[in-house]
Amino acid sequence: MIKLVVDNLNVEVPEGSTVLQACEEAGIEIPRFCYHEKLSVAGNCRMCLVELENSPKPIASCAMPASSGMVIKTNSSMVKDARKGVMEFLLINHPLDCPICDQGGECDLQDQAMFFGKGSSRYNDAKRAVSDKNMGPLIKTTMTRCIHCTRCVRFANEVAGVENFGAVGRGENVEITTYLEKAVVSELSGNLVDLCPVGALTSKPYSFLARPWELTKTETIDVMDAVGCNIRVDSRDGKVLRVLPRINEDINEEWISDKSRYAIDGLSKQRLDVPYVKVKNKLLPSSWNDAFKNINAKLSNISSNQVAAIIGDQADTESIFALKKLFEKIDSKKIAINQHNYNFLKGNRSNYIFNSHINGIEKCDSILFVGINPRLTAPIINARIRKNYLNRDIQIASISSEKFDLTYDYNFLGNNIDVLNDIHDQKNEFGKSFNKSNFPMIIIGDEALKDSQSRNIQSICIEILTKANAFRKDWNGFNIMHNSSSIVGSYDLLNNYSSISHFEINNQCKTGEIKFLFLLGVDENLYKDYKDTFIVYQGHHGDAGAQRANVILPGSAYTEKSASFINLEGRLQTTERAVFPPGDAKEDWAIIRAMSEFLGKKIKYDSLNELRDQMNKEVFEKIMFREGSFNKKPLKGKFEKLNSSHLIGSGRNQYMTCPISRSSNTMAECLKNQER
Amino acid sequence: MLKEKDKIFTNIYGFKENNISGAIKRGDWNNTKKIISLGHETIIEKIKSSGLRGRGGAGFSTGLKWSFMPKIVTDRPHYLVVNADESEPGTCKDRDIIRNEPHKLLEGCLIAGFAMQAHSCYIYIRGEFANEAKILQRAIDEAYDKNLLGNNAAKTGWKFNIYLHRGAGAYICGEETALLESLEGKKGQPRLKPPFPAGVGLYGCPTTVNNVESIAVVPTILRRGENWFNSLGKQNNTGTKLFCISGHVNNPCNVEEVMGISLRELIDKHAGGVKGGWNNLKAVIPGGSSTPLLPKAICDNIEMDFDSLKAVGTGLGTAGVIVMDQTTDIVESITRLSHFYKHESCGQCTPCREGTGWMWRMMKKISSGQAKIKDIDHLLELTKQVEGHTICALGDAAAWPIQGLFKHFRKDIEIKLSKNKIAAE
Amino acid sequence: MTKNLLKKKPLNKDILVKLDKNEIEEIISKYPSNRKSSAVLPLLHLVQKKAGGWLPVHEMERVANILEMSYMRVFEIASFYTMFNIQPVGKYLLQVCKTTPCWLRGADDIQKCIKDNLDLDNGKTSKDGIFTLMEVECLGACVNAPILQINDDYYEDLDYKSTKDLLDKLKKKH
Repeated sequence: MIKLVVDNLNVEVPEGSTVLQACEEAGIEIPRFCYHEKLSVAGNCRMCLVELENSPKPIASCAMPASSGMVIKTNSSMVKDARKGVMEFLLINHPLDCPICDQGGECDLQDQAMFFGKGSSRYNDAKRAVSDKNMGPLIKTTMTRCIHCTRCVRFANEVAGVENFGAVGRGENVEITTYLEKAVVSELSGNLVDLCPVGALTSKPYSFLARPWELTKTETIDVMDAVGCNIRVDSRDGKVLRVLPRINEDINEEWISDKSRYAIDGLSKQRLDVPYVKVKNKLLPSSWNDAFKNINAKLSNISSNQVAAIIGDQADTESIFALKKLFEKIDSKKIAINQHNYNFLKGNRSNYIFNSHINGIEKCDSILFVGINPRLTAPIINARIRKNYLNRDIQIASISSEKFDLTYDYNFLGNNIDVLNDIHDQKNEFGKSFNKSNFPMIIIGDEALKDSQSRNIQSICIEILTKANAFRKDWNGFNIMHNSSSIVGSYDLLNNYSSISHFEINNQCKTGEIKFLFLLGVDENLYKDYKDTFIVYQGHHGDAGAQRANVILPGSAYTEKSASFINLEGRLQTTERAVFPPGDAKEDWAIIRAMSEFLGKKIKYDSLNELRDQMNKEVFEKIMFREGSFNKKPLKGKFEKLNSSHLIGSGRNQYMTCPISRSSNTMAECLKNQER
Repeated sequence: MLKEKDKIFTNIYGFKENNISGAIKRGDWNNTKKIISLGHETIIEKIKSSGLRGRGGAGFSTGLKWSFMPKIVTDRPHYLVVNADESEPGTCKDRDIIRNEPHKLLEGCLIAGFAMQAHSCYIYIRGEFANEAKILQRAIDEAYDKNLLGNNAAKTGWKFNIYLHRGAGAYICGEETALLESLEGKKGQPRLKPPFPAGVGLYGCPTTVNNVESIAVVPTILRRGENWFNSLGKQNNTGTKLFCISGHVNNPCNVEEVMGISLRELIDKHAGGVKGGWNNLKAVIPGGSSTPLLPKAICDNIEMDFDSLKAVGTGLGTAGVIVMDQTTDIVESITRLSHFYKHESCGQCTPCREGTGWMWRMMKKISSGQAKIKDIDHLLELTKQVEGHTICALGDAAAWPIQGLFKHFRKDIEIKLSKNKIAAE
Repeated sequence: MTKNLLKKKPLNKDILVKLDKNEIEEIISKYPSNRKSSAVLPLLHLVQKKAGGWLPVHEMERVANILEMSYMRVFEIASFYTMFNIQPVGKYLLQVCKTTPCWLRGADDIQKCIKDNLDLDNGKTSKDGIFTLMEVECLGACVNAPILQINDDYYEDLDYKSTKDLLDKLKKKH
């Protein structure tokens, strides 16, 4: 620990801290623009100057390492003058167009000019004008406002791993631009808007929509992928206007993907706001009563093993639990855990989660991807891997359908899954060094999970990790990278209850064995040729599933309900309601509860809390995620050598993976931009 | 006045051959092995006690700087980098060393490199010196041909390679960390210090950056002995120095003289005197554009060394003496320097990026007579707002000439401005 | 700034200048093998010289590819250093030093001479594409002021007349 004095206060900070951090430790706020905890230190804005005793010049606190015995002053006249001076310089070429700037009200420059500036300028010459740059469908630029802090350049180069961002020219003619003004192609580009301390980079879809003080801010969880990013939803008049990241160092640090941030315009399009009932092949608006009556009529005519359900990608745990309770009463075990044809080994919880934890990535020294494009499936985790790649010596290899651009170098081992045999036998270089690494990780994804040898792939991976001693008290290297927010919760709740796959349900619908199919937000992978299957669709968007339905029950999107989701690490998090669902739509667990009563198979919970208590008691308490502790070893199945077989890509595009993002114009724009 | 026999640069005017045989005739590369055999520590100690102060402007003890390098070489190799990015207005001494005495520089590199246990040396020469770079490259090739460089350089058993690297037009690359950035293939933007180059320099390795002249005098100092060098000049300001005398003199030239020579003697003896005679002198910028100017009254009795010039609020800098006679529009002179700094600001940090442009605009207004008298105080405040608040010294260098101008010529300028005002009314 | 660049000349890979592989290798070999990007200034110099004194975008991209650097980094560098021209220049690039030491000794006369004889203003290229004039900052030959740099060569101690003679000589070559 380093002991120093800041404004007559004694402070202790760990080795390697900067003076700025020491000041913060003392509870003193240091103004800054260029400094950002998650980026490299640039030290260029000079706003954070403080006085160091016996130094003739003020020092940049963000860049100066704290050392024992330093005496720092942050409120001396030297510091005040320095701040005023820097602030005046920053403002001489800033347009001061706050009334028409979207950053107004949440602008670092505005705030700090108020606190630390002079209050007036002596600059009478013409201000510098800088032409705006095209940065694609998400980022609006007003480059005259730029103060050259280079946060955006550093973010693009360091975190996002796209190198087409830079500062060209020199002196007062420096301009921030993308290479030849081509649009930014990054799945993390929205974070540039958050990082920009002024209004140079603002959100294009949010432009001129609202002022920050008009917004209702709701802290909640994102469900666009399985990461469970912590977000804040800003809404006004019952409409979600924007999504911002919240800091959670264990999950998303302070980034979110563009899909998490910008798919929200899809929340107000294609919405199911009343129940529908199919009459003469036409879906007509109806009432809850009629809808339930229709369901009851169908169900009372068939036997319990003719009833099935599939869980969709964004289903919350409460509604899955309620559905399970209903199926217990109906006496059917035909619930498919997910809408994808994934085959998991029967085992324990370790078999289907991301056991190393997201923050565990920073510890690992060797990664093998098996059938996954992590940049597409979980951009935030990919950014974490890149961070680790930049910070330490790490070897990364991948077996996948093609060589993806992951923003970092890795060893592409081809698309034939039988390479795993060689790794297992340590016949190749990677296999040898993987076996010697201290914190090895294998990350398995959708391409492998839907492969016909899926279970065998998982077994051999477990075997490889066992050999590399990757199952210890302080480490578990086996990881499944899921692509949907519901899937881990669904497994936790249904794994011991049902074993039917989505594939089998589809087949039984085809043969007519299943007469009644309940879709909890399922819109993908439904076979076209069902034989007389009565479909009930519960969800929030009129997507593919709803179009097939005989009865539609309008549910709520993640911003419209308090609901729990379990992320790919097995971490339970709860969303909060930011706005109300449209029209007659209801919270999902409540719909199932009401339906159960109508069907005469009432499940016993009268409130969300009652249901949660029971769900926790029955399931989650036993398996609850604990920070820093690792699950035991996953169980492996019968282990055979893998046959030669080529992995096939998911065919998904990163911008349209759920009904919300498919309804989003912004996501459609992003897709166009990417294709360009 | 410096005696001919005490001159280090005996071919600074290029009257003799600059190739290796000419250099050897003048004593370069003469038993370099013997110097090397003194050992790392002794060489550094001798340079320290010679009193040699860095010739690039800051005047920091060269031997002391060398001693900051780690004593033990780890897996990170040591580098010597020679700063030949000579761009300070008023300065052109390194150019003549490179053109006419390249082997002094190369031998100095070997000795300095050996002293700091470096096996590689990069000479960063300013890009505009295309022909000088050709001459220097030829000299390097000659030295390799004679095995004075390479795996067993000058039969010393020390492996030593010198690489020439051309800049591409950026004054800021004369700042040592900007130079390292540029050498690494980046924009020449100064680094934050700490860490200092002796710890983390080129490619993250221990590095010392020295000026051409500092390195080129090293072999002669060691050959003739540190006491010889020490005996020349004044205490703490020892040895000889190349002075560049430009501007309003009858015979602008580079000349080697003892430290502490009087300015008047320097100009009169070597540069043919001020145009129109000493009394026609208005002001002198004594050490390159960054140093504040001196009015004639001070010039009358000033001696040219680090400490004497510091005492009158300026500096020896690179010893680029810019002479201005009574015909000079002194405000315009300094305005042009302000434009220079605005043009050369790298744009990285706020006070320099915004301040240099603003200062130049203010100077332009004063120069054209459009300013008000109170603008002078405002401008001086601006110089204080820039000075000491930037990442590197370019901000200071931009502020000082303006401060010097108003320190000595404020009255004149105020009179001029008020005359303009009256005329306008 | 960047947009205008592209309009100058179409991207045509056929007009890439010829580069000697060995020469490139020799330049790169000066630097540690994992520090290839150090060679960016020398390579840009080389390419600029061969491409007629300026750097078309596709040549910069080519240097980036050789050195495994991103295009943006190379472009940043080309835009930072004044010697790299990202727009075409004439066969003779006239660079007049306008900094104080040259100005004190008559740099204005040289510029006037160029204006009188070639009718060129700062930053402009003559209609025939032979001459381009640029006002530059200190060229570092102050005791030989005033200086006019023409391509790689310095012409020193000039005045109006000697400048005129020099320009006449160059004009006669065409």
